[in-house]
Amino acid sequence: MAMTESEAARRQSDNDGWRGFKPGKWQRGIDVKDFIDSNLTPYRGDERFLAGPTERTKELWRQIREWMRLERENGGVLDVDVDTVSTITSHAPGYIDKEKEQIVGLQTDAPLKRSIQPFGGVRMVIDACRAYGFELPDDIVRLFTDIRKTHNQGVFDAYTAEMKLARKAGIITGLPDAYGRGRIIGDYRRVPLYGVDRLIEDKKNDLLQLEVDAMSESVIRAREELSEQVRSLQELKRMAASYGFDISRPANNAKEAVQWLYFAYLAAIKEQNGAAMSLGRVSSFLDTYIERDLMEGTLTEDEAQELIDHFVMKLRLVKFLRTPDYNELFSGDPTWVTESIGGMALSGETRVTRSSLRILHTLYNLGPAPEPNLTVLWSEKLPEPFKRYCAKVSIDTSSIQYENDDLMRPYYGDDYGIACCVSAMRIGKQMQFFGARANLAKALLYAINGGVDEKLGMQVGPATAPITSEVLDYDEVMQQYDRMLEWLAGLYVNTLNVIHYMHDKYCYERLEMALHDRDILRTMACGIAGLSVVADSLSAIKHAVVRPVRNEQGVAVDFAIEGEYPQYGNNDERVDSIAVQVVESFMNKLRKHETYRGAMHTMSVLTITSNVVYGKKTGSTPDGRKAGEPFAPGANPMHGRDRKGALASLASVAKIPYEHSLDGISNTFTIVPKALGREPHNRVGNLVSLLDGYALSGGHHLNVNVFDRAQLLDAMEHPENYPQLTIRVSGYAVNFIKLTREQQLDVINRTFHGTF
Amino acid sequence: MKGRIHSIETFGTVDGPGIRFVLFMQGCALQCQYCHNPDTWDRTGGRSADVEEILSEVEPYLDYYRRSGGGITVTGGEPMLQAPFLTELFLACKRRWNLHTALDSSGFCDPAHAEKLLDVTDLVLLDLKQMDRAKHIALTGHPNDTIIRFARRLSERSIPVWIRHVLVPGLTDSYVDLKALGEFIGELDNVEKVELLPYHNMGAYKWRQLGKTYALERVPVPSEQEMERARHIVDMRRLAGGRMERPAAGETRR
Repeated sequence: MAMTESEAARRQSDNDGWRGFKPGKWQRGIDVKDFIDSNLTPYRGDERFLAGPTERTKELWRQIREWMRLERENGGVLDVDVDTVSTITSHAPGYIDKEKEQIVGLQTDAPLKRSIQPFGGVRMVIDACRAYGFELPDDIVRLFTDIRKTHNQGVFDAYTAEMKLARKAGIITGLPDAYGRGRIIGDYRRVPLYGVDRLIEDKKNDLLQLEVDAMSESVIRAREELSEQVRSLQELKRMAASYGFDISRPANNAKEAVQWLYFAYLAAIKEQNGAAMSLGRVSSFLDTYIERDLMEGTLTEDEAQELIDHFVMKLRLVKFLRTPDYNELFSGDPTWVTESIGGMALSGETRVTRSSLRILHTLYNLGPAPEPNLTVLWSEKLPEPFKRYCAKVSIDTSSIQYENDDLMRPYYGDDYGIACCVSAMRIGKQMQFFGARANLAKALLYAINGGVDEKLGMQVGPATAPITSEVLDYDEVMQQYDRMLEWLAGLYVNTLNVIHYMHDKYCYERLEMALHDRDILRTMACGIAGLSVVADSLSAIKHAVVRPVRNEQGVAVDFAIEGEYPQYGNNDERVDSIAVQVVESFMNKLRKHETYRGAMHTMSVLTITSNVVYGKKTGSTPDGRKAGEPFAPGANPMHGRDRKGALASLASVAKIPYEHSLDGISNTFTIVPKALGREPHNRVGNLVSLLDGYALSGGHHLNVNVFDRAQLLDAMEHPENYPQLTIRVSGYAVNFIKLTREQQLDVINRTFHGTF
Repeated sequence: MKGRIHSIETFGTVDGPGIRFVLFMQGCALQCQYCHNPDTWDRTGGRSADVEEILSEVEPYLDYYRRSGGGITVTGGEPMLQAPFLTELFLACKRRWNLHTALDSSGFCDPAHAEKLLDVTDLVLLDLKQMDRAKHIALTGHPNDTIIRFARRLSERSIPVWIRHVLVPGLTDSYVDLKALGEFIGELDNVEKVELLPYHNMGAYKWRQLGKTYALERVPVPSEQEMERARHIVDMRRLAGGRMERPAAGETRR
């Protein structure tokens, strides 16, 4: 909301929270980026200033680790409050140890007690309770079956027969039609910077602006949404008050800033069980408060680190109640509390602050962990000591991922964050409609089999003439494939339209959207799985002789390959160009279809851990992959097929055009420590060079894992010895021991650069 | 000119400084009992490639190699068997990109045959397997006279050398052998680094694949203490030779 200068000055004077900050446009309207631009203290030094854990931190973390062990022993869930539907204000305050914790707030009244969040779908809650030995009370089942409709029910009311069949066959999978869609980042920084009252005032002003002559559907919807947002902000204040804090005003110091921000995030996760509930880009923002306190002499480095450690502890405790089959898709109980660190400002200055290092340092103070999903926005221009520290952390913990800031900044500016794994979005100004992914490898089999699903033996795709030739002809296959993808793209976008219409209607993210501007960019985030399988299959058909083996029904169930063919992952243009072409072509097909709320089409090449499930549901493919075998994760080459070493493998992936995959291109890189160099200091330097080189060549994302296969094998045998062993999988990290055995084997079988 | 190539590795970090393009040549004259690449022995195996072909494989990654202070390393097999081809390759790498060049060799090569190649070589990773002549014959099938001559020639020419010695329990780790190794290294003027590498058996499966008998089936991998002991002996004897320059921190010791 606009204000006059004198009003702004008056506000500042009775507003101690802004003392010492450089004034600017951010005081007149909600503008966190402007605040950061003028108040950030860039840090170009090394990690020597960092402090270890305090006694309080050690004791709290010891307690949490003990609870986590109990949770594991209890089969993955410690406790469920089955009687209370989670809302922002549903639960009484909960503590770990009230005397010791500097930052407070839990999702329920006790640590690791999970709540029920049935607005996305009650079925999932019933099943999840049952799977862990709990029972959802009948009256809650009835409430969300007969009285209050859920998102899930809405979707299935509108799904067409074709959509249901495509879902069953697994040509489109992982759709957020039975659970919260997530991947929306509230600008949680607004709460400490402005206080909730100011945010409410701003939203009320938006409502005023929408008192217009013509009450069209979009105006009515906007007014309803804004009113819901205001209500959620009021609830946020009430929740904070229950912990004894008045967050109606701006935060006064670093401790309050962390606390206010965490309350905002906590309210979001109490309201929504989204697939990914990401945090945004908060560490450098919080640094402005820490710097001010350090300067005023009211905070020491030990205390600053303690605040960050306690905040991160809370983020590690975030838990949702989910079903085991959901965990098959997204294994290891991930929450994607993604925090984006570093990057560069448009001005050329760095966004790295001391707190960028402090938050990475939690991986030492508290030990490695998959959450929060620490994501470094990498630029060649980042300060060298910071780069080296990141590399060291990767080598020591395998807990962080890297995304190319130089590639994303031109699209998203310098105040974006990563939602989930690889989805960039301007914070508070952009959201996405999460769309899981389409199985392009299965679609290729449909092209060969005339739309008949090779596993179900049923017509799923449009009935076209199957290819009957003895040897597959590249041009014929491509022509059929193109048609099949055309069909798939249309069905896919339509399906997502249904899902997101219903999600907005029955499971609207009130608080997260309250921390957005009124007018935002929405993207329809489609995704693909099986890219390397498709590229290699088409390459085999083109460069070798591929003979389908058909069953009595005429469906190709296997393929005999004669001769060698170029494989994706070796920087070989003959096949890499096919991968590029498939991505471009499918993206262009998606663009042909109208989206809900005029969302911009985007696409990701990302599988999360579903590459295993996708593989299971897909028959043998013309590249030689047998039925049921996992796909490679994300945009990775198939394991064992990248034979020219890591750089050739990275070069192939870097060719996938970001402009046609704006929702991200995931690459998981695993290397044994010795293959990074003989001496530790060389390993750090080589990893920095590798990251710089990959970023400069246009690569988007890299998960870096550094460990030996033997260590993972030992962890499979003796999980009790590895409670914190963390590994990066497609776009997030997991506790290795929480993966299913199948997924553990998939990880172990993947390419480890540097082994023979 | 064509060379016989076994394979390439675009991200090598253990064969010379920085990140390196590693070219594995096909063909070797020695038959070391602990070789982990016996599939590179056969001089008629692999594939044939010309210099341009190799250069085009290197070029996409130059940025990585430059940024990390790396370059190209040729190993094998025994690269010296194809010295004329490599001379042409290194010359082109120097002229075109001024790239750092390294040879990973057993030194089993008449120095006279290597002079031109050494003109364009910045670093030699020299594998000294065994200083005792008779034991060397047992271990590799050949005496070590040529190798010792080659090492001295490198020293005369002041070409930087990293000495490598694989510690194989029972075969190359006796006190006498290590002492001799240390003393010999002490006589050389050009040694920048000494790398004692623990024997590993990860190449054993290749022997089986090739239908060869792996003689070291029962040999254990040396422990960290054994490695430390060996490093100590070699370092002490080098010093005793009086010609050892103090290595930079973290160079010889891990």
